[in-house]
Amino acid sequence: MTECVECGAEVSLHDDLEVGEIIDCTTCGAELEVVDTEPPVLDRAPELEEDWGE
Amino acid sequence: MTLHVGLLYSRIRKDEKLLLTELRERDHEVTKIDVRKQTFDISAAPAAFDGLDIVVDRCLATSRSLYATQFFEAYGIPVVNSHETADICADKVQNSLALEKAGVPTPATKVAFTKETAMEAIEEFGYPCVLKPVVGSWGRLMAKIDSESAAEAILEHKATLGHYEHKVFYVQEFVEKPGRDIRVLATDGEPIAAMVRSSDHWITNAAKGAETDVFELDDEALALVRKASDAVGGGLLGIDLMEIGDSYTVHEVNHTVEFKALDDAVETDIAATVVDWLEGKADAAADELEVTA
Repeated sequence: MTECVECGAEVSLHDDLEVGEIIDCTTCGAELEVVDTEPPVLDRAPELEEDWGE
Repeated sequence: MTLHVGLLYSRIRKDEKLLLTELRERDHEVTKIDVRKQTFDISAAPAAFDGLDIVVDRCLATSRSLYATQFFEAYGIPVVNSHETADICADKVQNSLALEKAGVPTPATKVAFTKETAMEAIEEFGYPCVLKPVVGSWGRLMAKIDSESAAEAILEHKATLGHYEHKVFYVQEFVEKPGRDIRVLATDGEPIAAMVRSSDHWITNAAKGAETDVFELDDEALALVRKASDAVGGGLLGIDLMEIGDSYTVHEVNHTVEFKALDDAVETDIAATVVDWLEGKADAAADELEVTA
């Protein structure tokens, strides 16, 4: 468990957390980026850029 | 042989996670390289790249992918996909030119640089036709143009509001497909798996919520996948085909292909197959290095 940086709600995290992964806050819907795993730290994920894609 | 694999990324999506898990399960050493935190020196590789056998480019941003692949090649570190492949696939104009040159059936396309000439191209195709951004993905900013007044409005908006790339007007015939298109994941032209993406919307992209199902490729499709892959320089690619009657047209080849939708749709272990291919690429690169030395 850690806290959503947007709304402060608790965010549950799975075991195989990976730095760079995006987690959705189930309370406010914010996209959160995992910036550290030990201990887990979340930050707001970057906004979509125009040249993103596959 | 265990490898030291660099994974260049900006976001770890399910696709990257599948690859990381597979690589680690095979005891390969993995260095994650966050492209946002990295600087690239023109004269020497950063210490973080020491000992890398191969780098997998999984950048989300096309611009970063294009530069980073050039740096890895300059440092003598094998990178997949190659800069050549990324360069061709990142730009729809180059993509279409490469397919056409290789004799791969692809939708009729015209490029214009002003609103006036774009309008002429649209009128030549007639309605509906399609206007696409030259760089972009996930079906964003694609416009199906149904009338002259819609064409005028879209061209005006693009010319006024857009980045300079939006002043390159990529106009394409509207292909009447049967409510679905085909995505083939292939390594150097060898298909790993294929799926159909179905939607009531004219854009049948998985990122737009299209439904997916497994698809068996026939001989013609297999040949086209090989030819399309060769046309862009090979690599791990997502080749998009549309069915037209009994035949196909290839509308696009993607170079930083997402495969999570495909992984859900088919039984093939996609990450394992991709890593098999990566191991082969790394071995071939090492052999080449020995011969050169």
